[in-house]
Amino acid sequence: MTDKPGLLTVEGICKSFIGFKALDGVDFTVRSGEIHALLGENGAGKSTLIKVLTGVHQPDSGVIKIDGQAVNVRDTQHAQNLGIGTVYQEVNLLPNMSVADNLFIGRQPMRFGFVNRKLMEERARELLAQYDLHLDVASDLSRYSVAVQQLVAIARAVDMSGRVLVLDEPTASLDRHETEILFAILRQLRARGLGIVFITHFLDQVYEICDRVTILRNGKLAGCALTAELPKIELVSLMLGRTLAIATHNTRRDRPVPAIRQFSFKGLGRSRSIAPFDLDIGEGEVIGMAGLLGSGRTETAKILFGIETADTGHVHIDGNPALIRTPQAAVACGFGLCPEDRKSDGIIGDLSVRENISLALQAQRGWFNRLSGREQTVLADKFVKALDIRTTDIEKPVKFLSGGNQQKVILARWLATNPRFLILDEPTRGIDVGAHAEIIALINRLCDDGMALLVISSEIEEIVAYSTRVVVLRDRAHRGELSGDEITASNILGMIAAEPEGASA
Amino acid sequence: MSRLNTAALTKAMPQLLSLMLILFLNYLAFPGFFEIRLQDGRLFGSLIDVLNRGAPVIILAIGMTAVIASRGVDLSVGAVMAISGALAATMTVSGYPVPIVILAALGAGLLCGLWNGILVAYFDLQPIVATLILMVAGRGIAQLITEGSIVTFNEPGLIFFGTGSFAGIPMPILIAALLLTLAIAVVRRTALGLLIESIGINRSASSYAGLNSKLLLLVIYAFCGVCAALAGIIIAADIRGADANNAGLWLELDAILAVVVGGTSLFGGRFSILMSALGAVIIQAMNTGILLSGFPPEYNLILKALVIIVILLAQSFSSLGGWAFLKGEFRSKGANRQ
Amino acid sequence: MIFMKRILLASTVAMAFAGYANAADLTVGFSQIGSESGWRAAETSVSKIEAKKRGIDLKIADAQQKQENQIKAIRGFIAQGVDAIFIAPVVATGWDTVLAEAKEAKIPVILLDRTIETTNDDLYLTAVTSDTVHEGKVAGEWLAKAVAGKDCKVVELQGTVGSSPAINRKKGFEEGIASASNIKITRSQTGDFTRSKGKEVMEGFLKAESGGKNICALYAHNDDMAVGAIQAIKEAGLKPGKDILVVSVDAVPDIFTAMSEGEANATVELTPNMAGPAFDALKAFKDSGKAPPKWIQTESKLYTQADDPKKVYEEKKGLGY
Repeated sequence: MTDKPGLLTVEGICKSFIGFKALDGVDFTVRSGEIHALLGENGAGKSTLIKVLTGVHQPDSGVIKIDGQAVNVRDTQHAQNLGIGTVYQEVNLLPNMSVADNLFIGRQPMRFGFVNRKLMEERARELLAQYDLHLDVASDLSRYSVAVQQLVAIARAVDMSGRVLVLDEPTASLDRHETEILFAILRQLRARGLGIVFITHFLDQVYEICDRVTILRNGKLAGCALTAELPKIELVSLMLGRTLAIATHNTRRDRPVPAIRQFSFKGLGRSRSIAPFDLDIGEGEVIGMAGLLGSGRTETAKILFGIETADTGHVHIDGNPALIRTPQAAVACGFGLCPEDRKSDGIIGDLSVRENISLALQAQRGWFNRLSGREQTVLADKFVKALDIRTTDIEKPVKFLSGGNQQKVILARWLATNPRFLILDEPTRGIDVGAHAEIIALINRLCDDGMALLVISSEIEEIVAYSTRVVVLRDRAHRGELSGDEITASNILGMIAAEPEGASA
Repeated sequence: MSRLNTAALTKAMPQLLSLMLILFLNYLAFPGFFEIRLQDGRLFGSLIDVLNRGAPVIILAIGMTAVIASRGVDLSVGAVMAISGALAATMTVSGYPVPIVILAALGAGLLCGLWNGILVAYFDLQPIVATLILMVAGRGIAQLITEGSIVTFNEPGLIFFGTGSFAGIPMPILIAALLLTLAIAVVRRTALGLLIESIGINRSASSYAGLNSKLLLLVIYAFCGVCAALAGIIIAADIRGADANNAGLWLELDAILAVVVGGTSLFGGRFSILMSALGAVIIQAMNTGILLSGFPPEYNLILKALVIIVILLAQSFSSLGGWAFLKGEFRSKGANRQ
Repeated sequence: MIFMKRILLASTVAMAFAGYANAADLTVGFSQIGSESGWRAAETSVSKIEAKKRGIDLKIADAQQKQENQIKAIRGFIAQGVDAIFIAPVVATGWDTVLAEAKEAKIPVILLDRTIETTNDDLYLTAVTSDTVHEGKVAGEWLAKAVAGKDCKVVELQGTVGSSPAINRKKGFEEGIASASNIKITRSQTGDFTRSKGKEVMEGFLKAESGGKNICALYAHNDDMAVGAIQAIKEAGLKPGKDILVVSVDAVPDIFTAMSEGEANATVELTPNMAGPAFDALKAFKDSGKAPPKWIQTESKLYTQADDPKKVYEEKKGLGY
């Protein structure tokens, strides 16, 4: 008992599914009063380990100990009773019930056989006050942002379990400010002696908040270290088991500014969506688009691609006026768009990889000019190889692929149409590090091949790495543009964080 | 190709088994079930009845499959049948030539389908609500056309579509088979099959991919309306009259059921027109069997419900990989014994 | 564009009120169910004819199958102060309140075609309905006489399962053939009162009974099913009316066409003239103050091929069946 004691310890956990070993002798320890990052590429075994800890899966072999006592976690209920609470990425709450209901559902204070709402709401207020959250606990949860919902979920989990808190990608859908609030609360919980398991794809956040890090790779323990003692490049190589194909950071591209900008958007705007903006882009250019969530980034993409029609403005392509009021018109002009919300706007889940890749080209060719099964297969095979899409079979429904591979399928869908101007909205969100690097490499390659690209991203360093110019958005308007040596992370951050008056922009 | 066919056959197994079982039960109830003879130059027998009576629902199911695959539903097909039948009968009685009558009736179906399609695609009404409007109003329109009475006609050209035959095959069967072949060919030979599945699974993503999903939806509903009109003409021609109150009554439900029994999900996506037609045949085989069995009519609906529950359970068991699971069980048991 | 004219005509017919003579000595409000069947349409047109004959001002309100519309219409009639109210009730229950209001206003109420369930029979003057059991009995008795002792297997096309005409017409027919042990009902299925179902079910019967050779007669609960079944019999290569006797109920025009061609044998009339006897009872009540009996049964007339079916057809076809 020299160091902090192991609050939750697993030793030699093995778990197999049909024909595949998801966990192979993994050791893992969470101590009281620490935030412990659990990292690994998609499929490394993170989720399986969490599911074993929370009683969703039973391990084939190995021991789980709490306070040194071996336990057998029977189910999620039992895990909660043992003090292990979990908040999943997709928040498992009931949006159309009140905040108080959500906090206490299944354990509401009762009186005379009825829920004692007054007491419940009072307790809910007290509970949330611990987190400096002052909500109207009687109103529907859906009134609040995803970030607040996440905090409510955490408050519920901590209140019910109170010893170990497992957070599965809690920051995936939060903006920077919301992430800060979350981190403040996590620090507070750490101070109270909770052991927190933090799963994320954002390596910067690991360094910002986590004390220790455990890395899994292919179901095995790849390493465990104090964050402060583990350089980032080493961490990434532990995750990938190889060095990245290219260094992604701080290597701003130094490309010539194209003489002609073929795609010109003048005064495009839509009321209550995005203020009128000008944008010119030439072939062989990558324009990075930075800004917080809700700053008008996605709205810009939607207007450029004709998903939403502009109230004002003109489009010129190669000097000729063009009217883009539908995606079909945009595609006809040689545009492509990989949308932000992959699941709802990108993939056609039940269709195969082959069909998903063929879709945009087929839509462009028309209803009656069918791509034959053979042509589709050739197309799909080509892109599966070119983009290294990892799938057992091009006939596999795309919904069974990992996030990164789904993103590549959507990219392939557009590359198949041979576009001149490709818009990528958050192409690297929610995908593992390996796929991340490959997509960035692809952006550079496409640019070299003379495509015009507009890339929207929340990862500023990423934008710095590949952009020839950067447009910064704030409060539903384009606030400024950086080019050449001006493109630095601190300049971009400065513009994003500038006062609403826009003095610096 | 043969690998694909085997896979398709395995997928169709629950439906094929159900059909065979129902046909066998029909045979038990009535030993002459499989007898077919020529009567006045027309095939005659219970099996022919199944197909002949099933033809309108097969035709409805063809259109309905496309609608359901697009994650919609068309509740108005029964009412559209009544409208097209009423129009055909009334115009015939007024002395219009048969080709004009047929075109007008199909045109009425097209208009009804376009109406539904516009509401669904361009006004973003939920399909069930959008088509409910015409389901209710359509029968009223049909009644206005017939003035509430059964309009009887004796025009041999029109009657031919219901009771005529070609090479011994009754016209309704022929028309249904023709439409089925045509629809399958169009879906296979053009990109429509893929595009319909695509908007059914994820309309938003399909639009992002540059698909004109609104226009496609409009075409789908219009096609469904034309199918309904065709079925309406056949039913009117069969009884030589248009019964605005009863023509196609509840047939929208039979058509939806046929599609579901055929394995197309009500949540849209993957579809098979051939399997929907098979579903319609299964339903009709069951109906005919009940008629032949001599059970009191009070049991009709219960029997029907029971059979459908069994089919749907078998189907869901199969789609959950139940057969493979059972096979695996047998294999592992076999292995244990060694 | 004759059919367009028909559409226009149809919409005018569907208008709620259709009055005839303004200078009438009696004004009667008639809350009609709707126009859900040909018979119903005929009932409406016969009511108008009968009213005109007697110089009565008949106001007809179409309830479109809804009791609430009927109640609204009745209240409207009470407010207008009509001399009497006729109701063809869409359902049997729920009339007490509005009928009490009519009674309060001293407006006599006569029920047509269907009766109601009420705790107080005084709420209405009389009900004019047919006796559906009797209809079946007339059909059965005709068949017993027609086959005259020979063995006869009958197939029956029932109305909608559970509906009261289906239950009663079946019961009445069985009573009608009870004394004739030579007649047996071998198959009985529902044809839902529709032509297409009648045809489909008859096709099944014909197959199940050795192509129809075992069937001596068909009894259908309404003419529409019989018309459908006649087609099925013809398509099976048999002669309806000869190889298989056809008897049904309702007496709609199309069955008379079939009878004149020798393809149907007999039908029992469900008369659309419910208003006529009602007007007579009303007049007698107004003149002498004498209350009619609580139930006026309409005649269930039997028509056979001997009754000049062509002529009957011509008479009936204009009534809107």
